[in-house]
Amino acid sequence: MLRFLTGHYGYWFTLILLTIGLYGMIFKRNLVKKLIGMTIFQVSIIMFYLTCAAKFGGTVPVLIDDSGPAAVNPAAYINALPHTLMLTAIVVGVATTGVAFAIVITIYKRYKTLDEDVLLERMKKDHDAPAD
Amino acid sequence: MTHLLTNSPVLPVLILLSSALLGTVIAWRRPSLSWPFTISVVAVVTAISGYNLVRVLREGPIHYYQGNWAPPIGIEYVLDHLSAFVMLVVNTVALLVLFHARVVVKAETPGKELGYYGTALLMLCGFNGIIITGDLFNLYVFLEIGSLSLYGLIAVGERKAPIAAFRYLVMGTLAGCFYLLGIGFLYMKTGSLNMADTAAILPSMLGQPAVLVGLMFVFLGMGIKMALFPLHGWLPDAYTYAPSASSALIAPIGTKVGAYVLLRLVYFVFGITIIARTLPVAKVICWLAAAGIIYGSILAIAQRELKRMLAYSSIAQIGYVALGIGMANRWALTGAILHIMNHAFMKGCLFLTAANFRRKLGHSDISRFDWSIRKKMPWTMAAFSISALSMIGLPPMAGFFSKLFLAMGAVNGKHWIFLVVILFSSLLNAVYFFRVLEKAYLKPAGDAEAADGACARDEAVPSMLIPTLIMALLLIILGLLSTVIADGILAHIAPPGL
Amino acid sequence: MTGKSDNPILSMISRMISPFIMIYALYVIFHGHYSPGGGFQGGTMLGAAVILSRLASGSELSRLLLGKGIGTLMGAIGVFIYFGTGFLAMLLGGRFLEYKYLARIMPVSDAMARNWGIQFVEVGVGLAVMGIMVALYDDILTGEPDA
Repeated sequence: MLRFLTGHYGYWFTLILLTIGLYGMIFKRNLVKKLIGMTIFQVSIIMFYLTCAAKFGGTVPVLIDDSGPAAVNPAAYINALPHTLMLTAIVVGVATTGVAFAIVITIYKRYKTLDEDVLLERMKKDHDAPAD
Repeated sequence: MTHLLTNSPVLPVLILLSSALLGTVIAWRRPSLSWPFTISVVAVVTAISGYNLVRVLREGPIHYYQGNWAPPIGIEYVLDHLSAFVMLVVNTVALLVLFHARVVVKAETPGKELGYYGTALLMLCGFNGIIITGDLFNLYVFLEIGSLSLYGLIAVGERKAPIAAFRYLVMGTLAGCFYLLGIGFLYMKTGSLNMADTAAILPSMLGQPAVLVGLMFVFLGMGIKMALFPLHGWLPDAYTYAPSASSALIAPIGTKVGAYVLLRLVYFVFGITIIARTLPVAKVICWLAAAGIIYGSILAIAQRELKRMLAYSSIAQIGYVALGIGMANRWALTGAILHIMNHAFMKGCLFLTAANFRRKLGHSDISRFDWSIRKKMPWTMAAFSISALSMIGLPPMAGFFSKLFLAMGAVNGKHWIFLVVILFSSLLNAVYFFRVLEKAYLKPAGDAEAADGACARDEAVPSMLIPTLIMALLLIILGLLSTVIADGILAHIAPPGL
Repeated sequence: MTGKSDNPILSMISRMISPFIMIYALYVIFHGHYSPGGGFQGGTMLGAAVILSRLASGSELSRLLLGKGIGTLMGAIGVFIYFGTGFLAMLLGGRFLEYKYLARIMPVSDAMARNWGIQFVEVGVGLAVMGIMVALYDDILTGEPDA
């Protein structure tokens, strides 16, 4: 039981971050806090991949000696593929954050609030005084 | 030049990507060039998609390795009958809608056409990439490219559009992250990101919890993307408040691509044995799809505004495709793929008519439609009627044949409840479409001839009318050619184990 | 946000450090082959250097460092370099991104042609990321007028 808790601490941290991110997205009323929750969620998935890429006794995947491809022992280096995949995921996260903030700024300029409940009220007032 | 054509699987994605950027740079200097450039690029890409389909019919499935690195190390693009077919449908619909978009984009988002067309090209690049790739992580990259452009296209609409775009952004990013998590689990277990490779390795590690969790996350992600009930919450607002050209672009294409990915994953990666026989995943998809069909149809009846009604109708229609995927026999699969094509053209035509109404009447509120519409815009109403009859499922329009295949699939698999759902929902479709048709056609012409002058022909301009009519005509033609398509193209789609 | 920072120490130190960040970023881009680094990492640092100078000196003065609309243009040029390398390989007879065909126009061996291909792609990515980060900062700051 103890090994289950302490031996897999990478995955436990992933789970905790996932939960915090989901909590932020659902229960926080401010739009920017929802975005922060979304970013935490994305980071937790990045952490999951990196946890899976580590190996016991593995070192950084940088080739030091130059004695040709036969001398390379893949078990001595950590798995480099998830790291490359996560580079792409980080770029996607940056782009998503950029688009999200552009949308949030447009919402603020139109409705003058970033609070979800006040926003819904103002939207309803918009709808009842029909502007179409 | 002919050598370049051997790279034809990857050419649509490349051309769209480069021209999204090139077009932005060119149109900075000369803004009037943005629409002609976009149209010519999409026309070229549609021609290449047609060539791809012909090539696949002649040579069989084509595997294209990026950089000539063989899989599972390299990334491969798989051009088989299914991907060539869906790619041709997506590009043709996009061509017709972008042709229509010239007037509408200038009217609804003045001054932003430059960014609009660039973003539309990027979205098409993303969707084409999703359709043709054979690598799980590459699919995630293209999924995010397409989705981010989609959020941008929705957010430039009317007053409430950014809120709908924000909600779609949060849910869509959640979906992408779930998908990424799912393929992370699968990669850790199988060691490969290639679809065909994973399909070969998975049957031997069926009972492992990691594979089950991966499967669940991947389906959750794609379910949000294709608006499967109950994960459809982003759809009504996004379709309603987006600008008219965006609605017409994303409604036929966006959710269909999600359904295509679900199809690929269910049949070609996980395989029928895992999905239908070992785990009850297919059953769950079927029941959710049936619930979505009924929910979407009933709520569409309650809507007051045309675009919102079409949005709820889309939820129901994507339920049909999911039902076809879940029933897991040959008839149902053919029905699902045929419905992808038919619904793309039907919804595209309907949203184009809604755009015409908005442009000419200033609104698309059903309660304000009256008999004057059939005098003012007869051709648009004709196109609307043809699409409506096709959605209900009357022959010889295309909608009848896809529903026929789905119903035969239900009979074949002895799913009597789903047969009842399909037939009952056609009745519900009739209710909400006949509302509009009744208001337009069946009311007498008021206190007639004095008002006749006020109801002179005020039809939409030709550049908006012609794509609408072409799509309506295509519905009839594709309906008549349904068996040819089913036997010629769809019969070759042979997922293992079916 | 658009004006100078009030604190003179902050302002001067940021202005002094920004060029060094850029040099380190260039180092990171070009050493992506042999050590941790690469296009995206270096591009982010380049973008951070420019944004730091924008924050420290204000948007008006920092215009001298990097002009107003240049961000998007640089992003486009970066993606073109990436795409162009792959397309060039395709035109020379190979598949997309098959760098060994670049050996037909460069006087190097096949393996070194792959090396140079990857370097071009990394430079393109770095330029694109820098351009887009600066463009995001500029556009969000001067967004649409109050509606």
